[in-house]
Amino acid sequence: MNTASSTRHGLVSRVVILVALMAFAILPLLSMLTAALAPQNSTPPGLAWPEDPQWQNFADAWTAANFLALFQSSVLIVLGVVPAAVAMATAAGYGLAQLDVPGGRFVNALLLVGLTLPFEALITPLYYNLRDMGLLGTRWAVILPLIGLLMPFGVFWMRASFLKVETALTEAAELDGATPWQIFRQVQLPLAVPALSALTILFFLATWNQYLLPLVLIDDPTMRTVAGGLGAFQGEHGTNIALLCAGSLLIIAPSLLVFLFFQRHFVKALLQGAVK
Amino acid sequence: MYGVFVLYPLGQSVQFSFYEWDGIGPATPAGLDNWRAIFTEPELLGSVIHAFVLIFFYTVLPVGLGLVAASLIRELRVGTFNTTARVVLFIPQVLPPVAAGIAWTWMFSTDGLVNQALGAVGLESLTRAWLGDFTFALPAVGVIGFWLSFGFCTVLLLSGIGKIDPSLYEAARLDGAGRVAEFFAVTLPGLRGEIAVCATIGTIAALASFDVVQIATQGGPGYQTMVPGVEIYRLTFLEQRIGQASALAVLLAALVLLVIWPIQRLGRHE
Repeated sequence: MNTASSTRHGLVSRVVILVALMAFAILPLLSMLTAALAPQNSTPPGLAWPEDPQWQNFADAWTAANFLALFQSSVLIVLGVVPAAVAMATAAGYGLAQLDVPGGRFVNALLLVGLTLPFEALITPLYYNLRDMGLLGTRWAVILPLIGLLMPFGVFWMRASFLKVETALTEAAELDGATPWQIFRQVQLPLAVPALSALTILFFLATWNQYLLPLVLIDDPTMRTVAGGLGAFQGEHGTNIALLCAGSLLIIAPSLLVFLFFQRHFVKALLQGAVK
Repeated sequence: MYGVFVLYPLGQSVQFSFYEWDGIGPATPAGLDNWRAIFTEPELLGSVIHAFVLIFFYTVLPVGLGLVAASLIRELRVGTFNTTARVVLFIPQVLPPVAAGIAWTWMFSTDGLVNQALGAVGLESLTRAWLGDFTFALPAVGVIGFWLSFGFCTVLLLSGIGKIDPSLYEAARLDGAGRVAEFFAVTLPGLRGEIAVCATIGTIAALASFDVVQIATQGGPGYQTMVPGVEIYRLTFLEQRIGQASALAVLLAALVLLVIWPIQRLGRHE
């Protein structure tokens, strides 16, 4: 048996497969990039580097879609949703995992119902309720329901993280005379930091990429999230391939940057968390 | 929060589903009419069937091909190339689905990359506007979903293989198992949990699909790619049939639970 050559063979095929998979994953994005650099209102080929790349298409898309307003709006919505949702999920997850809250099992069961609930199943009543509350068309119409909708996943995520903490640690802290609040702040919370940061990134992506809620609940496209605004942009400039592709790449960029920046942390947390 | 914006509306959806209401005038009780309509109006029934067809593309295909790819690659060693691979494969999963819809609308368009590639290998006769084609629109939407989840599944399965005890493989090899037998005896059972996660995420994405379909086809051509999510949106906001939309919404929520439950059980036991 010549293990050396079979290992080398294995390595080559491994690399070939991985490269093929990676190509499949980014091909649509490359195709969009080359189209985005083609002259506006032309019919570019699927994938070919244009002779004269039109970088100003990105600037034109930025003004045409009023992206500055959209980005500001998205940031406002993210700021409204993510910190509040993370804090509530942490508190609830801690309560369910470590404290004997009366009715905890019942709360658990209620949250379980929401875990698989499609947003579409609620959108109709949400629309009429928010109308009656007078919130329709404001950013609150997206922020408040989104916090609620993110809760089941967030609470289970944090609960799983708090459940892993050794009871011995808490008991030791209790013996040292720590109050429950001190135990939470000084023992439990530091241990939950990886889960917390992963949850923050996941909530950021869920909010930033959110399309259905803003589409339905906010009429004015400039007050939506960028993803919601892009839908309106597609309606207006659907035939101008170059502009549409440039605009899409602009809204992809923040998601991509956040992911690439935190990827080490993110992939690890997601792979661990997913299996729980 | 959860009560006001999730549980209460869910109850309302159930309640609305037994009424006929246009969102403005008074609601009139409709008994089971809305529920009966789901099974008799071809447009509504079709949307539910399409959602199940999409499960094949969003779940069966990525898990199946992901398993093949993962067992061929076997392990991701530490190193720049492998880290890059993992990150790149993850990208489709973190993008806004809206952007994925736009990217693939372009890929599948008359001048898009799919047709360009077919032309390059001499298959011009097969080129078409894929998303506007009565036969191929739904599979084309399926391909978009496949693209969204394939990389994620592969990476997840790879990390699962890495956790399988290597002595199990040695034992299998000593017993004279070939690569295929080894796959069924060691790899597949060892990945139970990871497969369940992929299947759960893919199935929810398929049954509750909205973003991609709304951007790429709006359910068309005709009703060829209509899915419950888009139909609920249309019924509520374009046709003002609130009761009908709610019945479909409740059915959708129930279907998701019904399909996910066995997947979760299979993933957990043994």
